[in-house]
Amino acid sequence: MTSEPDYLLLREIVSSCFILLGTLFMLIATIGLLRFPDFYIRMSAITKGATLGVGLILLGMAIYFNQADMLLKVIVIITFTFITAPVAAHVIARTAMYNNVPFWKETRLEAFREYLKKYLGKNSEEEVKD
Amino acid sequence: MSIFHISLLIALTGLSVCLVMASIRFAIGPSLPDRITAFDLFVANMIGIIAIYTELTGNEDFIDVAIILSLFGFLSSISFAYFLMKRTHKND
Repeated sequence: MTSEPDYLLLREIVSSCFILLGTLFMLIATIGLLRFPDFYIRMSAITKGATLGVGLILLGMAIYFNQADMLLKVIVIITFTFITAPVAAHVIARTAMYNNVPFWKETRLEAFREYLKKYLGKNSEEEVKD
Repeated sequence: MSIFHISLLIALTGLSVCLVMASIRFAIGPSLPDRITAFDLFVANMIGIIAIYTELTGNEDFIDVAIILSLFGFLSSISFAYFLMKRTHKND
């Protein structure tokens, strides 16, 4: 007869794996925020990395506590973050575009300039940063 | 101190390093949207730190703080972007 497995140890191991993975994603996103050359590229790094990192950390916490109400609260936070993070990123990037925040010099802007001329009827005068 | 506590402390240290790097970007950010983005990352980091602290102490009340904080982070970034957009259109 096999003995009962140690469920607490199993939960601790799975939970710490999830939390360390989420911390790794947060670190990668923050290094991207610090090192990338352009506002728009930094925005993309933050939106993807931080959302995934927070989701993994909260999931690890829910696995450790193993209760229904805790899991419900964590699912509420994760759903809210996954819905609102792209919306906030879109709104801030649109504001930055209207404020003429400079692009990186390697960015290909031909299609963007065509779109501006065709749909908004204005010539783009955004400056390009070195 | 078990290996579980040590891994939680390592995760807390990593998130603190994230906060320091985001505050460097908040200080040197050349434009206002950069600072709004760094503030967004602040809020995400604080949610992670609150979750790890909840797991470390076993007190389940702190998770409500994380819910409210995620809500207010979205509202603050949206309102910053809204007032920035309003100021831009007034200048036209």
